[in-house]
Amino acid sequence: MAAREEILTALRRNAQPGAPRPVLDGVGAKFPDLAARMAEAVGAVGGTLVRVPDLPAADAALRALPIHRDARRIASLVPGVGAATFDAATVKDPHELEGLDLSVLPGTLAVAENGAVWIEGARLPHHALVVIPEHVALVVAVADIVPDLHAAYARLDLAGRPRWGLFMAGPSKTADIEQSLVIGAHGARSLVVLLVG
Amino acid sequence: MSHLATLKHPEAAARFAADVPRTHWHDESLWFMRVKRDRAAAQVPEWERLRELAQAIKAYALANLPALLEQFEKNATAAGATVHWARDAEEHNKIVHQLLFAKGVTRLVKSKSMLTEECGLNPYLEARGLEVVDTDLGERIVQFRNEPPSHIVLPAIHLKKEEIGELFSQKLGTEKGASDPKYLTEAARGHLRQKFLHAQAGLTGVNFALADTGAVVVCTNEGNADMGTSLPPLHIACMGLEKIVPHAQDLGVFLRLLARSATGQPVTTYSTHFHGPRRGSELHIVIVDNGRSALLGRDPYRRALSCIRCGACMNTCPVFRRSGGHSYGVTVPGPIGSVLAPAIDARAHAALPFASTLCGSCADVCPVRIDLHHQLLAWRGDLVAAGHGSTGKSLALRFTAWIFASPARYALAGKLARFAMRVLPAGLMRLLAGAWGRQRELPVAPVESFRDRYRRTHGRA
Repeated sequence: MAAREEILTALRRNAQPGAPRPVLDGVGAKFPDLAARMAEAVGAVGGTLVRVPDLPAADAALRALPIHRDARRIASLVPGVGAATFDAATVKDPHELEGLDLSVLPGTLAVAENGAVWIEGARLPHHALVVIPEHVALVVAVADIVPDLHAAYARLDLAGRPRWGLFMAGPSKTADIEQSLVIGAHGARSLVVLLVG
Repeated sequence: MSHLATLKHPEAAARFAADVPRTHWHDESLWFMRVKRDRAAAQVPEWERLRELAQAIKAYALANLPALLEQFEKNATAAGATVHWARDAEEHNKIVHQLLFAKGVTRLVKSKSMLTEECGLNPYLEARGLEVVDTDLGERIVQFRNEPPSHIVLPAIHLKKEEIGELFSQKLGTEKGASDPKYLTEAARGHLRQKFLHAQAGLTGVNFALADTGAVVVCTNEGNADMGTSLPPLHIACMGLEKIVPHAQDLGVFLRLLARSATGQPVTTYSTHFHGPRRGSELHIVIVDNGRSALLGRDPYRRALSCIRCGACMNTCPVFRRSGGHSYGVTVPGPIGSVLAPAIDARAHAALPFASTLCGSCADVCPVRIDLHHQLLAWRGDLVAAGHGSTGKSLALRFTAWIFASPARYALAGKLARFAMRVLPAGLMRLLAGAWGRQRELPVAPVESFRDRYRRTHGRA
């Protein structure tokens, strides 16, 4: 613990106190139609948004898509949406998820400004379900769209939630070779957001 | 670290710029990023307000760093993570190695971490028999080439797709001559997927550490940080101690700024919050000083600790765009790197604050409003005062000051210069004009000076 004390002592000596705690006001995106903006934003980050009235309709819409039709292994953490081929909760070792074609995951909230969807770790048996499959479908309710990240963090109350969580905005991508955008770097090759309600 | 590290920036930059078409290509590639950043920023009406808030939050965090770090440690520990402290690069490398050694890890996957680059972690672990695989595509490319990243966000921006195609044909067995980015990325995906599946531990950097929840936040577009941490039972997250932000709420500001400033995206694809380890695994967080606490005590340079590593200052810098990241010889190049590096080793990096036109474009795009060009100017004064200036330049400036100090000497010098420009051959004049004259045509010398003319038209001086 010598290092810890030494570092903190140096920091206490060198820090210049007095900077006021900033108040996060005067910011916040405003959109007349959150759902329309969400669809636009998901498209802009390389995903697709499908609006459906209810969960059975989400299920039907998903089953009609090639990512479901052509899939051999499907995990679904959203009851009633997608034809799961196995129960992901019974998988002990996440390595067994390799070869997964499609994950259907619940989204806790959606951010209209940037198309991101919050995935809550506590609701998933494995973090790998987000990145290991070829395709990801996220199911989120219209009522859970917030305008921007400020509103999202205000609702998330992260201090009360252990484990992991992430914002996912579109499919995995890279532009590391001459800045050519390539979709499907390591994670999902496509992302569909099923917006319910 | 870099094979260019022993060269001073001007020499390394001259080498880079000797290939004129390639320099133009590099310049345009980075400017393209700047244009995308501008477009993204323009879509957020309160952009400037966000920058002000980001600056203020970072100032507050730096002012309260010791307390916030302790709060972070307490909360991260409560969430199940183990927090380690490292005074310098060596201590950091030792801690990471011991953690891996204790678990018998021989295969490690890493997502992007400029800190571990700064600490020389890869060679340290490789010398101890570990396989270390950088999994960000750009980083894997430069790792295959045994060279450091040339840019903190775009590690392989200095390479053409044909060169990467050639490299991949040797390393990954891709078709010879193939250079389609989609094809090459697919090959890397297959190769790295195997590395992910067989890794026994995953190491990530940290974009933000939240004092109030104890979470570390990692942002990637490829998903490599999620892939590398969601399979093996050990996650090591390495962070510079300046990565602390007080509240989760503050991320609303930073995540709106970060990707827009870096690549023009509204947000990174994966912004993952690790709050303790996932079930059945361990999370170790290594907090590294390595000169940062000393920098905190140095005005005006402490503000450089606000940097969120978006790379915007590099993309816009006219010197970076035309000299390439490797010419700086440091892990973090460009304007921010030229402020940070002399604080670590003034003698070795004395040339860097001079690798700038002081145009201020870097400060204009900086999402946390670091006054980069002012800091670069301040460094020049400090470095020259400390005896790190170039002798030729010092002599020339002292001579110029001596001339400027006397009206008579000034008038005589002007007369001599005008005379010399008229009678001496252009080639010789260009030599006399020094570095400035090397790529410029000297102007035609006027027949009379301003003072002569004023005397002629107004009758007195």
